[in-house]
Amino acid sequence: MYFESLAAVVQMEGHGAFVWSAYFITIGVIVFMVYAPRRREKRFLRQLEGQIRRSEGGSPPGASKEV
Amino acid sequence: MWTLFHKFGSPPWLYRLSGSILRWLLPITVVALVAGSVWGLLFTAPDFRQGNSYRIIYIHVPAAVVALAGYYVMAIAGAVSLIWRMKMADIAMRACAPIGAALTFIALVTGSIWGKPTWGTWWVWDARITSMLILLFLYLGVVALYEAYENKALAAKACAVLSLVGTVNIPIIYKSVDWWYSLHQPASIKFTGGSTIDPSMLYPLLFMILAFYALFTCALLLNMRAEILQREQRTAWVRALAGERGGN
Amino acid sequence: MHPVRKQRLWLVLFLVVFSSSAIGLMAYALRGNINLFYPPVDVAAGLAPVGQNIRVGGMVVDGSVQRSDNSLEVRFAVTDYEAVVPVVYTGILPDLFDEGQGAVAAGKLDENGVLQASEVLAKHDENYMPPEVAEALEASKSRMAEQAAGQGYGQ
Repeated sequence: MYFESLAAVVQMEGHGAFVWSAYFITIGVIVFMVYAPRRREKRFLRQLEGQIRRSEGGSPPGASKEV
Repeated sequence: MWTLFHKFGSPPWLYRLSGSILRWLLPITVVALVAGSVWGLLFTAPDFRQGNSYRIIYIHVPAAVVALAGYYVMAIAGAVSLIWRMKMADIAMRACAPIGAALTFIALVTGSIWGKPTWGTWWVWDARITSMLILLFLYLGVVALYEAYENKALAAKACAVLSLVGTVNIPIIYKSVDWWYSLHQPASIKFTGGSTIDPSMLYPLLFMILAFYALFTCALLLNMRAEILQREQRTAWVRALAGERGGN
Repeated sequence: MHPVRKQRLWLVLFLVVFSSSAIGLMAYALRGNINLFYPPVDVAAGLAPVGQNIRVGGMVVDGSVQRSDNSLEVRFAVTDYEAVVPVVYTGILPDLFDEGQGAVAAGKLDENGVLQASEVLAKHDENYMPPEVAEALEASKSRMAEQAAGQGYGQ
Protein backbone atom coordinates (compact mmCIF):
# COMPACT_ATOMS: atom_id res chain seq x y z
CA MET A 1 0.00 0.00 0.00
CA TYR A 2 1.25 3.45 -0.86
CA PHE A 3 -0.16 5.34 2.15
CA GLU A 4 1.12 4.86 5.66
CA SER A 5 -1.97 5.61 7.71
CA LEU A 6 -5.71 5.97 7.38
CA ALA A 7 -5.42 9.72 7.90
CA ALA A 8 -3.03 9.90 4.95
CA VAL A 9 -5.54 7.99 2.83
CA VAL A 10 -8.28 10.45 3.72
CA GLN A 11 -6.13 13.55 3.20
CA MET A 12 -4.16 12.41 0.14
CA GLU A 13 -1.67 15.23 0.68
CA GLY A 14 -4.31 17.91 0.34
CA HIS A 15 -6.15 16.40 -2.62
CA GLY A 16 -8.41 14.16 -0.56
CA ALA A 17 -11.50 16.33 -0.88
CA PHE A 18 -11.27 16.27 -4.67
CA VAL A 19 -10.47 12.58 -5.06
CA TRP A 20 -12.99 11.31 -2.51
CA SER A 21 -15.85 13.53 -3.68
CA ALA A 22 -15.26 12.31 -7.26
CA TYR A 23 -15.39 8.67 -6.11
CA PHE A 24 -18.45 9.14 -3.92
CA ILE A 25 -20.42 10.91 -6.64
CA THR A 26 -19.49 8.08 -9.02
CA ILE A 27 -20.63 5.44 -6.52
CA GLY A 28 -23.96 7.28 -6.13
CA VAL A 29 -24.57 7.43 -9.88
CA ILE A 30 -23.62 3.75 -10.37
CA VAL A 31 -25.91 2.59 -7.56
CA PHE A 32 -28.74 4.58 -9.14
CA MET A 33 -27.92 3.12 -12.59
CA VAL A 34 -28.34 -0.44 -11.32
CA TYR A 35 -31.10 0.18 -8.81
CA ALA A 36 -33.49 2.22 -11.00
CA PRO A 37 -34.24 -0.47 -13.66
CA ARG A 38 -34.56 -3.18 -10.98
CA ARG A 39 -37.06 -1.10 -9.06
CA ARG A 40 -38.98 -0.38 -12.26
CA GLU A 41 -39.14 -4.11 -13.07
CA LYS A 42 -40.26 -5.13 -9.57
CA ARG A 43 -42.86 -2.37 -9.36
CA PHE A 44 -44.29 -3.32 -12.75
CA LEU A 45 -44.56 -7.00 -11.82
CA ARG A 46 -46.31 -6.09 -8.56
CA GLN A 47 -48.79 -3.90 -10.41
CA LEU A 48 -49.51 -6.56 -13.01
CA GLU A 49 -49.95 -9.17 -10.31
CA GLY A 50 -52.52 -6.96 -8.62
CA GLN A 51 -54.34 -6.46 -11.89
CA ILE A 52 -54.48 -10.18 -12.59
CA ARG A 53 -55.71 -10.97 -9.09
CA ARG A 54 -58.45 -8.39 -9.37
CA SER A 55 -59.65 -9.64 -12.75
CA GLU A 56 -59.56 -13.28 -11.57
CA GLY A 57 -61.19 -12.74 -8.20
CA GLY A 58 -64.03 -10.73 -9.76
CA SER A 59 -63.96 -7.00 -9.22
CA PRO A 60 -65.25 -5.93 -5.83
CA PRO A 61 -67.78 -3.05 -5.92
CA GLY A 62 -66.08 0.28 -6.58
CA ALA A 63 -62.85 -1.25 -7.89
CA SER A 64 -63.91 -1.00 -11.52
CA LYS A 65 -63.58 2.78 -11.38
CA GLU A 66 -59.83 2.53 -10.82
CA VAL A 67 -59.19 0.63 -14.07
CA MET B 1 -27.20 -17.39 -38.17
CA TRP B 2 -30.72 -16.29 -38.92
CA THR B 3 -32.11 -18.54 -36.21
CA LEU B 4 -29.90 -16.74 -33.70
CA PHE B 5 -31.06 -13.43 -35.10
CA HIS B 6 -34.65 -14.51 -34.61
CA LYS B 7 -33.92 -15.84 -31.15
CA PHE B 8 -32.60 -12.42 -30.14
CA GLY B 9 -35.87 -11.06 -31.34
CA SER B 10 -37.76 -13.31 -28.92
CA PRO B 11 -38.58 -11.41 -25.72
CA PRO B 12 -39.08 -14.34 -23.32
CA TRP B 13 -35.85 -15.97 -24.50
CA LEU B 14 -33.87 -12.76 -23.98
CA TYR B 15 -35.54 -12.13 -20.63
CA ARG B 16 -34.51 -15.57 -19.31
CA LEU B 17 -31.00 -15.37 -20.83
CA SER B 18 -30.35 -11.91 -19.37
CA GLY B 19 -31.55 -13.15 -15.99
CA SER B 20 -29.05 -16.00 -15.94
CA ILE B 21 -26.23 -13.75 -17.22
CA LEU B 22 -26.90 -11.09 -14.60
CA ARG B 23 -26.87 -13.66 -11.80
CA TRP B 24 -23.08 -14.00 -12.18
CA LEU B 25 -22.08 -10.87 -14.12
CA LEU B 26 -23.51 -8.39 -11.61
CA PRO B 27 -21.54 -9.70 -8.58
CA ILE B 28 -18.36 -9.94 -10.70
CA THR B 29 -18.83 -6.33 -11.83
CA VAL B 30 -19.27 -5.06 -8.28
CA VAL B 31 -16.17 -6.94 -7.08
CA ALA B 32 -14.14 -5.70 -10.08
CA LEU B 33 -15.20 -2.08 -9.55
CA VAL B 34 -14.30 -2.21 -5.85
CA ALA B 35 -11.01 -4.04 -6.48
CA GLY B 36 -10.01 -1.69 -9.30
CA SER B 37 -10.79 1.40 -7.21
CA VAL B 38 -8.80 0.09 -4.23
CA TRP B 39 -5.91 -0.73 -6.57
CA GLY B 40 -5.96 2.73 -8.10
CA LEU B 41 -6.58 4.63 -4.87
CA LEU B 42 -4.27 2.85 -2.47
CA PHE B 43 -1.76 0.67 -4.30
CA THR B 44 -0.39 2.95 -6.99
CA ALA B 45 2.18 5.69 -6.59
CA PRO B 46 1.07 9.32 -7.03
CA ASP B 47 1.86 11.11 -10.28
CA PHE B 48 5.18 12.96 -10.35
CA ARG B 49 3.49 16.29 -11.16
CA GLN B 50 -0.15 16.03 -10.18
CA GLY B 51 0.32 14.14 -6.94
CA ASN B 52 -2.69 12.25 -5.65
CA SER B 53 -5.33 14.18 -7.59
CA TYR B 54 -4.49 12.08 -10.66
CA ARG B 55 -6.20 9.10 -8.94
CA ILE B 56 -9.47 10.45 -10.36
CA ILE B 57 -8.23 9.04 -13.71
CA TYR B 58 -9.39 5.56 -12.60
CA ILE B 59 -13.04 6.58 -12.84
CA HIS B 60 -12.87 9.55 -15.22
CA VAL B 61 -11.27 7.77 -18.19
CA PRO B 62 -13.25 4.48 -17.93
CA ALA B 63 -16.55 6.39 -17.66
CA ALA B 64 -15.69 8.53 -20.70
CA VAL B 65 -14.45 5.57 -22.77
CA VAL B 66 -17.56 3.48 -22.10
CA ALA B 67 -19.88 6.48 -22.59
CA LEU B 68 -18.46 6.84 -26.11
CA ALA B 69 -18.58 3.09 -26.85
CA GLY B 70 -22.15 3.02 -25.53
CA TYR B 71 -23.13 5.62 -28.08
CA TYR B 72 -22.03 3.31 -30.88
CA VAL B 73 -24.13 0.51 -29.36
CA MET B 74 -27.12 2.87 -29.25
CA ALA B 75 -26.62 4.11 -32.82
CA ILE B 76 -26.15 0.60 -34.23
CA ALA B 77 -29.26 -0.59 -32.37
CA GLY B 78 -31.05 2.44 -33.82
CA ALA B 79 -29.94 1.56 -37.36
CA VAL B 80 -31.09 -2.06 -36.92
CA SER B 81 -34.44 -0.94 -35.56
CA LEU B 82 -34.83 1.50 -38.45
CA ILE B 83 -33.97 -1.03 -41.18
CA TRP B 84 -35.36 -4.31 -39.87
CA ARG B 85 -37.98 -2.92 -37.49
CA MET B 86 -36.65 -5.28 -34.85
CA LYS B 87 -38.39 -4.79 -31.54
CA MET B 88 -35.38 -5.87 -29.48
CA ALA B 89 -33.08 -3.39 -31.24
CA ASP B 90 -35.51 -0.64 -30.38
CA ILE B 91 -35.56 -1.78 -26.73
CA ALA B 92 -31.73 -1.92 -26.66
CA MET B 93 -31.51 1.60 -28.08
CA ARG B 94 -33.92 2.91 -25.46
CA ALA B 95 -31.99 1.08 -22.71
CA CYS B 96 -28.62 2.57 -23.76
CA ALA B 97 -29.68 6.19 -23.45
CA PRO B 98 -30.00 6.60 -19.64
CA ILE B 99 -26.85 4.53 -19.02
CA GLY B 100 -24.86 6.58 -21.49
CA ALA B 101 -26.17 9.77 -19.92
CA ALA B 102 -25.15 8.56 -16.45
CA LEU B 103 -21.63 7.62 -17.62
CA THR B 104 -21.17 10.91 -19.48
CA PHE B 105 -22.33 12.71 -16.35
CA ILE B 106 -19.72 10.83 -14.27
CA ALA B 107 -17.00 11.74 -16.79
CA LEU B 108 -17.97 15.43 -16.78
CA VAL B 109 -18.32 15.75 -13.00
CA THR B 110 -15.11 13.87 -12.16
CA GLY B 111 -13.31 15.81 -14.89
CA SER B 112 -14.51 19.05 -13.37
CA ILE B 113 -13.36 18.00 -9.90
CA TRP B 114 -10.00 16.95 -11.35
CA GLY B 115 -9.68 20.21 -13.27
CA LYS B 116 -9.77 22.39 -10.16
CA PRO B 117 -6.52 21.21 -8.53
CA THR B 118 -4.63 20.61 -11.81
CA TRP B 119 -5.71 23.28 -14.28
CA GLY B 120 -6.97 25.81 -11.75
CA THR B 121 -10.58 25.88 -12.99
CA TRP B 122 -13.74 23.79 -12.64
CA TRP B 123 -14.88 24.34 -16.18
CA VAL B 124 -13.56 25.67 -19.45
CA TRP B 125 -15.26 25.79 -22.87
CA ASP B 126 -12.62 23.72 -24.53
CA ALA B 127 -13.35 21.52 -27.59
CA ARG B 128 -13.10 18.19 -25.72
CA ILE B 129 -15.25 19.26 -22.78
CA THR B 130 -17.87 21.01 -24.91
CA SER B 131 -18.24 18.05 -27.28
CA MET B 132 -18.60 15.78 -24.23
CA LEU B 133 -21.38 18.05 -22.94
CA ILE B 134 -23.09 17.71 -26.35
CA LEU B 135 -22.88 13.92 -25.90
CA LEU B 136 -24.75 14.24 -22.60
CA PHE B 137 -27.46 16.30 -24.32
CA LEU B 138 -27.72 13.74 -27.14
CA TYR B 139 -28.27 10.94 -24.63
CA LEU B 140 -30.82 12.99 -22.68
CA GLY B 141 -32.42 14.00 -26.01
CA VAL B 142 -33.02 10.36 -26.91
CA VAL B 143 -34.61 9.72 -23.49
CA ALA B 144 -36.83 12.82 -23.80
CA LEU B 145 -37.79 12.17 -27.43
CA TYR B 146 -38.77 8.60 -26.59
CA GLU B 147 -41.03 9.75 -23.79
CA ALA B 148 -42.56 12.49 -25.96
CA TYR B 149 -44.29 10.00 -28.29
CA GLU B 150 -47.36 7.98 -27.31
CA ASN B 151 -46.82 5.73 -30.34
CA LYS B 152 -43.74 3.62 -29.56
CA ALA B 153 -43.08 2.73 -33.22
CA LEU B 154 -42.88 6.43 -34.09
CA ALA B 155 -40.75 7.10 -31.00
CA ALA B 156 -38.30 4.38 -32.06
CA LYS B 157 -37.99 5.90 -35.53
CA ALA B 158 -37.39 9.43 -34.25
CA CYS B 159 -34.85 8.27 -31.64
CA ALA B 160 -33.00 6.12 -34.20
CA VAL B 161 -32.65 9.13 -36.51
CA LEU B 162 -31.45 11.35 -33.66
CA SER B 163 -28.89 8.81 -32.45
CA LEU B 164 -27.60 8.24 -36.01
CA VAL B 165 -27.18 11.97 -36.64
CA GLY B 166 -25.43 12.27 -33.27
CA THR B 167 -22.73 9.70 -34.20
CA VAL B 168 -20.87 12.59 -35.89
CA ASN B 169 -20.02 13.83 -32.42
CA ILE B 170 -18.08 10.70 -31.43
CA PRO B 171 -15.02 11.09 -33.72
CA ILE B 172 -15.09 14.81 -32.86
CA ILE B 173 -14.76 13.97 -29.15
CA TYR B 174 -11.93 11.51 -29.83
CA LYS B 175 -10.00 13.86 -32.09
CA SER B 176 -10.84 17.25 -30.51
CA VAL B 177 -7.57 17.34 -28.53
CA ASP B 178 -5.53 16.76 -31.70
CA TRP B 179 -7.47 18.98 -34.09
CA TRP B 180 -7.77 22.07 -31.93
CA TYR B 181 -5.80 23.84 -29.21
CA SER B 182 -7.46 22.70 -26.02
CA LEU B 183 -6.72 22.67 -22.31
CA HIS B 184 -7.45 18.94 -22.12
CA GLN B 185 -4.36 16.81 -22.69
CA PRO B 186 -4.19 14.22 -25.52
CA ALA B 187 -4.86 10.53 -24.90
CA SER B 188 -2.33 8.64 -22.74
CA ILE B 189 -3.36 5.12 -23.80
CA LYS B 190 -2.37 4.46 -27.38
CA PHE B 191 -3.16 1.42 -29.46
CA THR B 192 -0.19 2.03 -31.72
CA GLY B 193 3.14 2.87 -30.16
CA GLY B 194 3.81 3.20 -26.47
CA SER B 195 1.36 4.62 -23.97
CA THR B 196 2.58 7.69 -22.12
CA ILE B 197 1.39 6.37 -18.79
CA ASP B 198 3.63 4.24 -16.61
CA PRO B 199 2.74 0.49 -16.65
CA SER B 200 2.16 0.53 -12.85
CA MET B 201 -0.65 3.06 -13.47
CA LEU B 202 -1.78 1.67 -16.84
CA TYR B 203 -2.77 -1.80 -15.57
CA PRO B 204 -5.25 -0.64 -12.92
CA LEU B 205 -6.64 1.82 -15.49
CA LEU B 206 -7.19 -0.92 -18.09
CA PHE B 207 -8.73 -3.08 -15.36
CA MET B 208 -11.17 -0.29 -14.47
CA ILE B 209 -12.07 0.20 -18.15
CA LEU B 210 -12.99 -3.50 -18.36
CA ALA B 211 -15.00 -3.20 -15.13
CA PHE B 212 -16.92 -0.24 -16.57
CA TYR B 213 -17.67 -2.24 -19.74
CA ALA B 214 -19.08 -4.98 -17.50
CA LEU B 215 -21.10 -2.35 -15.65
CA PHE B 216 -22.48 -1.05 -18.94
CA THR B 217 -23.50 -4.59 -19.94
CA CYS B 218 -25.25 -5.17 -16.60
CA ALA B 219 -27.10 -1.86 -16.70
CA LEU B 220 -28.07 -2.46 -20.35
CA LEU B 221 -29.53 -5.89 -19.56
CA LEU B 222 -31.35 -4.59 -16.47
CA ASN B 223 -32.91 -1.73 -18.43
CA MET B 224 -33.86 -4.06 -21.30
CA ARG B 225 -35.55 -6.49 -18.90
CA ALA B 226 -37.72 -3.74 -17.42
CA GLU B 227 -38.59 -2.46 -20.90
CA ILE B 228 -39.37 -5.96 -22.25
CA LEU B 229 -41.86 -6.65 -19.47
CA GLN B 230 -43.68 -3.40 -20.04
CA ARG B 231 -43.90 -3.91 -23.80
CA GLU B 232 -45.07 -7.52 -23.45
CA GLN B 233 -47.52 -6.99 -20.61
CA ARG B 234 -50.43 -8.45 -22.55
CA THR B 235 -48.67 -11.71 -23.43
CA ALA B 236 -49.20 -14.97 -21.60
CA TRP B 237 -45.57 -15.39 -20.48
CA VAL B 238 -45.41 -12.05 -18.69
CA ARG B 239 -48.76 -12.69 -17.01
CA ALA B 240 -47.52 -16.10 -15.94
CA LEU B 241 -44.39 -14.45 -14.52
CA ALA B 242 -46.46 -11.99 -12.52
CA GLY B 243 -48.68 -14.86 -11.35
CA GLU B 244 -45.64 -16.84 -10.17
CA ARG B 245 -44.56 -13.88 -8.10
CA GLY B 246 -48.00 -13.67 -6.56
CA GLY B 247 -47.92 -17.37 -5.69
CA ASN B 248 -44.67 -17.04 -3.76
CA MET C 1 -32.25 -8.14 -49.03
CA HIS C 2 -35.84 -7.03 -49.14
CA PRO C 3 -36.15 -3.87 -51.34
CA VAL C 4 -37.91 -1.88 -48.60
CA ARG C 5 -35.15 -2.74 -46.10
CA LYS C 6 -32.54 -1.87 -48.69
CA GLN C 7 -34.17 1.51 -49.10
CA ARG C 8 -34.12 2.05 -45.33
CA LEU C 9 -30.44 1.02 -45.23
CA TRP C 10 -29.69 3.70 -47.80
CA LEU C 11 -31.65 6.18 -45.72
CA VAL C 12 -29.51 5.35 -42.68
CA LEU C 13 -26.28 5.72 -44.67
CA PHE C 14 -27.50 8.98 -46.16
CA LEU C 15 -28.37 10.31 -42.70
CA VAL C 16 -24.92 9.56 -41.27
CA VAL C 17 -22.98 10.85 -44.30
CA PHE C 18 -25.11 13.96 -44.69
CA SER C 19 -24.99 14.98 -41.04
CA SER C 20 -21.24 14.27 -40.80
CA SER C 21 -20.50 16.47 -43.80
CA ALA C 22 -22.77 19.21 -42.44
CA ILE C 23 -21.04 19.21 -39.05
CA GLY C 24 -17.64 18.80 -40.73
CA LEU C 25 -18.21 21.92 -42.83
CA MET C 26 -19.42 23.82 -39.80
CA ALA C 27 -16.36 22.82 -37.77
CA TYR C 28 -14.17 23.85 -40.70
CA ALA C 29 -15.83 27.25 -40.93
CA LEU C 30 -15.54 27.80 -37.18
CA ARG C 31 -12.07 26.25 -36.83
CA GLY C 32 -10.56 29.43 -35.39
CA ASN C 33 -13.31 29.78 -32.81
CA ILE C 34 -13.12 26.21 -31.59
CA ASN C 35 -9.53 26.71 -30.50
CA LEU C 36 -9.42 27.52 -26.84
CA PHE C 37 -6.36 29.74 -27.20
CA TYR C 38 -4.01 31.43 -29.67
CA PRO C 39 -0.47 30.09 -30.00
CA PRO C 40 2.18 32.83 -29.52
CA VAL C 41 3.11 32.64 -33.22
CA ASP C 42 -0.42 33.84 -34.14
CA VAL C 43 -0.16 36.66 -31.63
CA ALA C 44 3.21 37.72 -33.08
CA ALA C 45 1.69 37.64 -36.58
CA GLY C 46 -1.04 40.02 -35.42
CA LEU C 47 -3.87 37.47 -35.79
CA ALA C 48 -5.06 37.99 -32.20
CA PRO C 49 -7.22 41.09 -31.63
CA VAL C 50 -5.83 43.83 -29.37
CA GLY C 51 -7.96 45.01 -26.45
CA GLN C 52 -10.35 42.06 -26.58
CA ASN C 53 -10.58 39.08 -24.27
CA ILE C 54 -8.44 36.30 -25.69
CA ARG C 55 -6.48 33.31 -24.46
CA VAL C 56 -2.85 32.62 -25.25
CA GLY C 57 -1.33 29.21 -24.54
CA GLY C 58 2.11 27.67 -24.70
CA MET C 59 5.09 26.62 -22.64
CA VAL C 60 6.22 28.92 -19.84
CA VAL C 61 9.75 30.03 -20.82
CA ASP C 62 12.46 28.73 -18.48
CA GLY C 63 13.71 31.46 -16.18
CA SER C 64 11.06 33.95 -17.26
CA VAL C 65 8.90 33.87 -14.13
CA GLN C 66 9.40 37.01 -12.01
CA ARG C 67 7.37 37.41 -8.85
CA SER C 68 6.86 40.84 -7.33
CA ASP C 69 8.11 41.31 -3.76
CA ASN C 70 5.16 43.27 -2.40
CA SER C 71 2.16 42.06 -4.42
CA LEU C 72 0.77 38.99 -6.16
CA GLU C 73 1.93 40.30 -9.51
CA VAL C 74 3.73 37.74 -11.66
CA ARG C 75 5.46 38.30 -14.99
CA PHE C 76 6.31 35.44 -17.30
CA ALA C 77 6.47 34.58 -20.99
CA VAL C 78 4.83 31.78 -22.96
CA THR C 79 6.28 30.31 -26.12
CA ASP C 80 5.49 27.78 -28.84
CA TYR C 81 9.21 27.75 -29.72
CA GLU C 82 8.48 30.10 -32.63
CA ALA C 83 7.40 33.27 -30.87
CA VAL C 84 7.22 34.57 -27.31
CA VAL C 85 4.37 36.47 -25.64
CA PRO C 86 5.01 38.27 -22.33
CA VAL C 87 2.24 37.96 -19.71
CA VAL C 88 1.45 40.00 -16.61
CA TYR C 89 -0.90 38.47 -14.05
CA THR C 90 -1.99 39.43 -10.56
CA GLY C 91 -3.43 36.61 -8.51
CA ILE C 92 -2.86 33.09 -7.30
CA LEU C 93 -1.36 30.68 -9.81
CA PRO C 94 -2.53 27.04 -10.04
CA ASP C 95 -0.35 24.47 -8.26
CA LEU C 96 0.88 22.93 -11.47
CA PHE C 97 2.02 26.24 -12.95
CA ASP C 98 5.78 26.04 -13.46
CA GLU C 99 8.58 27.00 -15.81
CA GLY C 100 8.90 24.63 -18.75
CA GLN C 101 5.28 23.52 -18.34
CA GLY C 102 2.19 24.36 -20.37
CA ALA C 103 -0.07 27.24 -19.37
CA VAL C 104 -3.05 29.11 -20.82
CA ALA C 105 -3.47 32.79 -19.91
CA ALA C 106 -6.73 34.67 -20.50
CA GLY C 107 -6.84 38.45 -20.77
CA LYS C 108 -6.39 41.44 -23.06
CA LEU C 109 -3.40 42.27 -25.24
CA ASP C 110 -2.17 45.83 -24.72
CA GLU C 111 -0.53 48.04 -27.39
CA ASN C 112 2.94 46.80 -26.39
CA GLY C 113 1.99 43.23 -27.12
CA VAL C 114 1.88 42.26 -23.43
CA LEU C 115 -1.01 40.07 -22.30
CA GLN C 116 -2.71 41.57 -19.24
CA ALA C 117 -4.02 38.30 -17.87
CA SER C 118 -7.07 38.00 -15.64
CA GLU C 119 -6.83 34.22 -15.36
CA VAL C 120 -4.01 31.71 -15.71
CA LEU C 121 -4.66 27.99 -16.13
CA ALA C 122 -2.06 25.23 -15.99
CA LYS C 123 -2.04 22.81 -18.89
CA HIS C 124 -0.53 19.42 -18.21
CA ASP C 125 0.58 16.79 -20.69
CA GLU C 126 -0.45 13.18 -21.20
CA ASN C 127 2.51 11.73 -19.27
CA TYR C 128 1.73 9.96 -16.02
CA MET C 129 4.39 8.27 -13.90
CA PRO C 130 5.42 7.74 -10.28
CA PRO C 131 7.95 10.27 -8.89
CA GLU C 132 10.72 7.61 -8.68
CA VAL C 133 10.30 6.78 -12.37
CA ALA C 134 10.43 10.48 -13.25
CA GLU C 135 13.63 10.86 -11.22
CA ALA C 136 15.20 7.79 -12.83
CA LEU C 137 14.25 9.13 -16.25
CA GLU C 138 15.77 12.51 -15.45
CA ALA C 139 18.96 10.87 -14.16
CA SER C 140 19.38 8.68 -17.22
CA LYS C 141 18.73 11.66 -19.47
CA SER C 142 21.48 13.72 -17.84
CA ARG C 143 23.82 10.70 -17.89
CA MET C 144 23.20 10.34 -21.62
CA ALA C 145 23.81 14.02 -22.14
CA GLU C 146 27.11 13.73 -20.23
CA GLN C 147 28.12 10.75 -22.32
CA ALA C 148 27.27 12.56 -25.53
CA ALA C 149 29.25 15.58 -24.33
CA GLY C 150 32.18 13.32 -23.33
CA GLN C 151 32.21 11.68 -26.77
CA GLY C 152 32.09 15.11 -28.36
CA TYR C 153 35.24 16.17 -26.49
CA GLY C 154 37.00 12.93 -27.29
CA GLN C 155 36.74 13.32 -31.01
